Amino acid sequence: MANISSSFLGIKSPNPYWLASAPPTDKIYNVKRALDAGWGGVVWKTLGSQIKNVSSRYSAVDYNGTKVMGLNNIELISDRPLHLNLQEIREIVKEYPDRAMIVSLMADNNRESWHELIKQTEDTGAHGIELNFGCPHGMTERGMGATVGQDPEIACTVVEWVMEAATIPVITKLTPNVHSVVPTGRSVVKAGSNGLSLINTIQSVTGVDLDTLVPNPYVAGKSVFGGYCGPAVKPIALKMLTTIAQDDVTNKVPISGIGGISTWKDAVEFLLLGASNVQVCTAVMKHGFRIIDDLCEGLNNWMDEKGFKTLNDFIGKSVPTLTHWEDLDINYHHIAKINQDKCIHCGLCYIACEDAAHQSINLEYGKPYNTYTVKVEECVGCNLCKLLCPVDNCITMEEHRVAPEYLNWTEFQKRGLPLNDH
Amino acid sequence: MAIVDNRLSKEQYEQNFANIRPPFENKTAAVVEANRCLFCYDAPCTKSCPTHIDVPKFIKQITTDNIKGSAHTIFVSNIFGAGCSKVCPVEKLCEGACVYNLLEEEPIQIARLQQYATAKALENNWQLFQRKPSLGTKVAIVGAGPAGLSCAHVLSREGVDVTIFEKEAKGGGLMTYGIAAYKVTPQFCEDEVNYITAIGGIEIKYNQELGKNLSLADLQKNYDAVYLGIGVGIARNLDIPGEDLEGVVDAIGFIYDIRDKGYSSVPVGDKVAVIGMGMTAIDAATQAKRLGAKEVTMVYRRTQEEMPCTEFELNIAKLDGCEIIWLAAPKEVKGETGKVKSLVCSVMKLGEPDASGRRSPVDTGETFSLEVDMVIKAAGQVPFEGLMEELKIQNSKGKMVIDENCSTNIKGVFAGGDAVNGGKEVVDAVEDGKSGAMAILEYLGVA
Repeated sequence: MANISSSFLGIKSPNPYWLASAPPTDKIYNVKRALDAGWGGVVWKTLGSQIKNVSSRYSAVDYNGTKVMGLNNIELISDRPLHLNLQEIREIVKEYPDRAMIVSLMADNNRESWHELIKQTEDTGAHGIELNFGCPHGMTERGMGATVGQDPEIACTVVEWVMEAATIPVITKLTPNVHSVVPTGRSVVKAGSNGLSLINTIQSVTGVDLDTLVPNPYVAGKSVFGGYCGPAVKPIALKMLTTIAQDDVTNKVPISGIGGISTWKDAVEFLLLGASNVQVCTAVMKHGFRIIDDLCEGLNNWMDEKGFKTLNDFIGKSVPTLTHWEDLDINYHHIAKINQDKCIHCGLCYIACEDAAHQSINLEYGKPYNTYTVKVEECVGCNLCKLLCPVDNCITMEEHRVAPEYLNWTEFQKRGLPLNDH
Repeated sequence: MAIVDNRLSKEQYEQNFANIRPPFENKTAAVVEANRCLFCYDAPCTKSCPTHIDVPKFIKQITTDNIKGSAHTIFVSNIFGAGCSKVCPVEKLCEGACVYNLLEEEPIQIARLQQYATAKALENNWQLFQRKPSLGTKVAIVGAGPAGLSCAHVLSREGVDVTIFEKEAKGGGLMTYGIAAYKVTPQFCEDEVNYITAIGGIEIKYNQELGKNLSLADLQKNYDAVYLGIGVGIARNLDIPGEDLEGVVDAIGFIYDIRDKGYSSVPVGDKVAVIGMGMTAIDAATQAKRLGAKEVTMVYRRTQEEMPCTEFELNIAKLDGCEIIWLAAPKEVKGETGKVKSLVCSVMKLGEPDASGRRSPVDTGETFSLEVDMVIKAAGQVPFEGLMEELKIQNSKGKMVIDENCSTNIKGVFAGGDAVNGGKEVVDAVEDGKSGAMAILEYLGVA
């Protein structure tokens, strides 16, 4: 059995799965259930000034019959009294000493408020603080949340205030609602933030109700942009994570990966691209805390299969493989191959290639089943057919190098090699 | 032993004749199934449908909440799409060709999805076709069955005024009179006919029978073209001794009575033998059982390999408790005081392939006897050979011969459906009606 225990800035947890700051972590009742189910730790839902929430708060994007491919919310930070939250946090820390307790904070935008909130938080015995610089709605209008995270200078100032008071590790949570997460990331690391976490939710409109003509979620005939999360945002989160993992300044601190993690495979991908641990929310909002079992078991089995003993054996391992387009090997070439024994003649590869790619699949009419074969000389190896094929391993991409040696675009141009060879 | 009616309570009849292919209970169920569809290109299901319904398209439209569009996609190819979703032997057509079969997975429930979309159209009376203004051209159609109505609908869409002459008192043909009641109810058939004719420009005159109170010459004189969709009529005789005994009935008449008179008014024996293994034989056997017969035995002279019905249909009969005896040919019906007492059968074996390519049954000389009080003949139907001769329409053993333009040997007289093919599925007749209409439009110069 591999060891999946995690240490993030010295904060220990039996597995790398923390619950992200969100409704599942806003009170002792849920948090106990989560920790009893086996979660490694929690980031308690953001504490700050007393606020008021609206109804309704969520809306979703469904896809081809699957519910909640993406979820958006217009909920604000915790709307429960601060003293009650702090008291419950204290109880949990005492009762579950082996689990991580991070408290998400968003104080009013001045030094005194931050200092006071940090002091009260540290009094609970919590192990770390996460700065919410990412909430994209409601708090931004008050100069908080994403307003801070979108401006590297303001973020830097706030982190400096925080670091004056904090004696426990501080993680800054970054907003994705920027052209790049790196400037703010660099700025807060330089200001002393001990770690980073990303991404927060992405501003979105999930859809418009075609009867009322009002976008979702509906609040008395109106709506607002909400923060998007869930499986739909994972690819964006992975990209942003990688830019932080590749930057010379930001990759000096540990990163907690967030964004659409629903399965152990998603988690492994985040770790491979540089996250030291991960935070989960939407998958729990959809299925409950019970998913932790497979998150741990799947990770464990995969590590055993690959021969990894600890998480550190593979954290960041894929980061160097994400390179610049100019460095890709132009001499690499692969061609689709359709396994006729597995083919079920659905024609999805054909129509996609014919209408939207390179007309590289040959159709031989049959009744009722057509035969589809790849025109080897036409195939550019784009993968589209393989991606669409409903049968596992029916279409494979077979390597046919143009030449044995590595050749990149810069060198290709230098040599004056011919374009349009396809 | 006796042949009596009113064997069961009203509740028992209702239970026994409840819809065998129940619709999806709700939208969610339909959408879950619709989402399984892969949306194949040049889809095998579509290619296996005689009317070429664009199956992936109508299923996709269910998932996008475009039920009106879905129903239109079905009806544009098959105006009997609602009925076909209940009676088609889909296991050998669209569903049998579904690519999921090749993955050893359950095929998409195409029929039930088709039923879902078309039922919504009928319930809400969505009129999805706009008739072109009348051209003043008149076409007479004989027979308000699937071929005739399908032909009429296409013609009417193009602005042709259609008059249909129907020998029965209701439209729908064999759909109304010749199919098991647990597949389609008389009410449904009536609704479907009304839905089809609601486009306008189609008048149905009932109780008009060709060769009796209706003459082809008059139709030719009064209309610009004539389409004959008269079906097949008479049950094939067994040509064995005892066929005229009381208690020997033909399946078509038996099924007709169930649909026309109501369950409790149709007499059925204690022990019934059904001869044949086609769809009609199955419908007769299962319904005899459901009417309260204690024992039903199906007798077929070939084996399961050669049977004309589908395996799905055979399973209905088996689940209903019908006995099946393969390789048994009726030899004689024995009676007492003019009533059926037993059926004597010859034991057969399979010989060389015949004209149909199936191995033909050969008499072994051995016989056995079944004690029965009722014999239902379902050994196929005979086309109207005499009528064809009378009308001087070229035919092959009564089946009208048509050219590639659906035309008979008489100019301006077109034909299709069972009257030409000798008796196939409803969906085949619908396709024939469409082809016939296209040919007539061309003949009339309005295409």
